[in-house]
Amino acid sequence: MNTSRRKVLKGGGGAAVLGLAMAAGLFRSGGAWAADWNKAAFDTKSLADAVKAMGGASPVESKDIVITSPDIAENGAVVPFTISSKLPKTESMALLVEKNPNILAANFAIPDGTEPWVNTRVKMGQTSNVIALVKADGKFYYASKEVKVTLGGCGG
Amino acid sequence: MADPMKIRAAMAGDKVEVKVLMSHEMETGQRKDSKGATIPAWFIQNVTATHNGKTVLSAEWGPAVSKNPFLSFRFAGGKPGDKVIITWTDSKGDKRTDEATVS
Repeated sequence: MNTSRRKVLKGGGGAAVLGLAMAAGLFRSGGAWAADWNKAAFDTKSLADAVKAMGGASPVESKDIVITSPDIAENGAVVPFTISSKLPKTESMALLVEKNPNILAANFAIPDGTEPWVNTRVKMGQTSNVIALVKADGKFYYASKEVKVTLGGCGG
Repeated sequence: MADPMKIRAAMAGDKVEVKVLMSHEMETGQRKDSKGATIPAWFIQNVTATHNGKTVLSAEWGPAVSKNPFLSFRFAGGKPGDKVIITWTDSKGDKRTDEATVS
């Protein structure tokens, strides 16, 4: 008796929300965001797999990519990073933390006119190499740096 | 509904430097609550910044981005008085859009 009433309530509520979303035109964009997020890349555990999931292969180490961060992070929950690239035709820049449960932390698409320079903060579970991965002119390049963490930021 | 973002957009030389502070839990899906049950992941997945209808930055984020994320970037072609619009979408499909005027 009670369960059927619940079902009716749930069903009614769901339909109303759906109707509202469609009326507001949210439905199409709602589908779009899911497609924009590269789940395969965010599930990877190594640099090689992450590059593969982004449609590339064998990244080359480059001195034109600069990672600016503290050498020792006291709080792994908030580690500031600035990554910049001097490579011509930089298309995207990603930040990867080697020893996190999943290696890819963030990926930025850099359109023409935007400086290949981003600054953000990420979590680090433990002391790890941090990799900046840059896609320039269709090819992948990377630079890495070790950051020591004294207090982890992933669960801990 | 999430709290509004704090956005600053200012000229830095011939470029516009944008700084954004978002308000979001950024739950990783790795943590456990006091009963040992995993707290489900909940984080911002996509961030888009537009200026005069042109996308100046788009980002895909994983759960490793810090709680209450900070983001800063620079783009060319802006001038004081222009609007910069930032939108994020999280893993539950929630959205938030805020704008700032370049100073």
